[in-house]
Amino acid sequence: MQRMISLIRDRKRWMAITVLVMSLSIAWAAASRIPDAEMPGEEIASPQEGFLAPDFRLETIDDGAVTLSALRGRIVVVNLWASWCPPCRAEMPALQAVYEDFGAQGLVVLGVNMTYQDSEAEASSFAAKLDLTFPIALDHSGEIAEAYHMRALPTTFFIDERGIIRQVLVGGPLNEATIRSIVRDLLEESS
Amino acid sequence: MLPIINIGPFALPLPGLLLILGVWLAMLMLDKEASRRELFANTLNNLVVIGLIGGIVGARLGYVLRHLDVYGDRLLDIIALNAHALSPGDGLLFGSLAALIYAQRKELSLWPTLDALAPGLALFSVFIGLSHLASGDAYGEPTSLPWSLEIWGAERHPSQVYEIVAALLVFWVIRRIRLSPAFPGFLILTFAAFSAANRVFLEAFRGDSEIVLGGLRSMQLAGLFVLLLSLIGMHLLASDNPGMKLNR
Repeated sequence: MQRMISLIRDRKRWMAITVLVMSLSIAWAAASRIPDAEMPGEEIASPQEGFLAPDFRLETIDDGAVTLSALRGRIVVVNLWASWCPPCRAEMPALQAVYEDFGAQGLVVLGVNMTYQDSEAEASSFAAKLDLTFPIALDHSGEIAEAYHMRALPTTFFIDERGIIRQVLVGGPLNEATIRSIVRDLLEESS
Repeated sequence: MLPIINIGPFALPLPGLLLILGVWLAMLMLDKEASRRELFANTLNNLVVIGLIGGIVGARLGYVLRHLDVYGDRLLDIIALNAHALSPGDGLLFGSLAALIYAQRKELSLWPTLDALAPGLALFSVFIGLSHLASGDAYGEPTSLPWSLEIWGAERHPSQVYEIVAALLVFWVIRRIRLSPAFPGFLILTFAAFSAANRVFLEAFRGDSEIVLGGLRSMQLAGLFVLLLSLIGMHLLASDNPGMKLNR
């Protein structure tokens, strides 16, 4: 250690070491740059921030259908929920309020009910009771839960106009200000 | 990757729990360091707690200030107990400021205090890596190397494992040299230099790097800056302190 301290104090030798270390580090940083400046994850579909949102086509409670990739060009909030989950129920009014305010600007809120652990009747009844006007899709087989690595309810994905997941919020209930601030940032970015 | 542990009806976020465990162990280490360096352990623990609380409050306030029009008529949402609406950069700034003000009020010496914090910070860095491993964040670039891990739809560099191994090595170095006689600031600057060098080296294997001008990775640039400052700082402090203090 004594020799190490002496080395640090020796101006010439320490400067030589500093120059060597910095030169090697700068060379390494230059060699590892990404020339085309593309985010590496964007072409792969995976339920993680920075990746393309896995596509799906699901039935909705009003006997329609929704395809995620058909919503490209719009900001999409995908909320995985179940009617027996208290935080899911608690955050639904906030999602509805944000949808009402930003729907005209191109926001789509998509509630994906985990029907394989819930029931279509319960989901429909809950949506009617709260006057939810955004589409409620039904995951009968659990394929969305699997594709989106769902480990806790609710889980909310914020997807930008290119179809890239920008934020994943696990757990809830989310308050209106949090949802509104993220949506507003994404809308401002896309305009 | 295990982001959530389900215990009965509760879904516990493992990455967050690992960070809390890291803070707790780092503070235990700080107690030992403080007594060995004849500093007041309580004062240093308060310093860390004030820095953490200042950081959390600052991170929320920073987020709210950036979205004032949203929070203006939803004041109760400002104090909502969720970890989402936070601005990490503002948190770092506010936390550092809060700790600095407390340190000045308690007349703590800068470098001996930072030296006492160094082993705990090195240990906490290991837990940051473990947290990344649990959450799947800080993931690697796709690779066909035999030790790749399948994560987020591709075989990738196990960048979180690299991060843990590198942090363990830094922790080992800091533990080894912490008892040696040295000038004030030696330990914290050694930690900063090794951590910065790690960041420059390991960022090359990351698949989620923020890219700046010319395709360079922003964290590598930050690492180069900290590395240079640490190396220069070590020379200046060593020259200013011709006598060495035994740390035992």
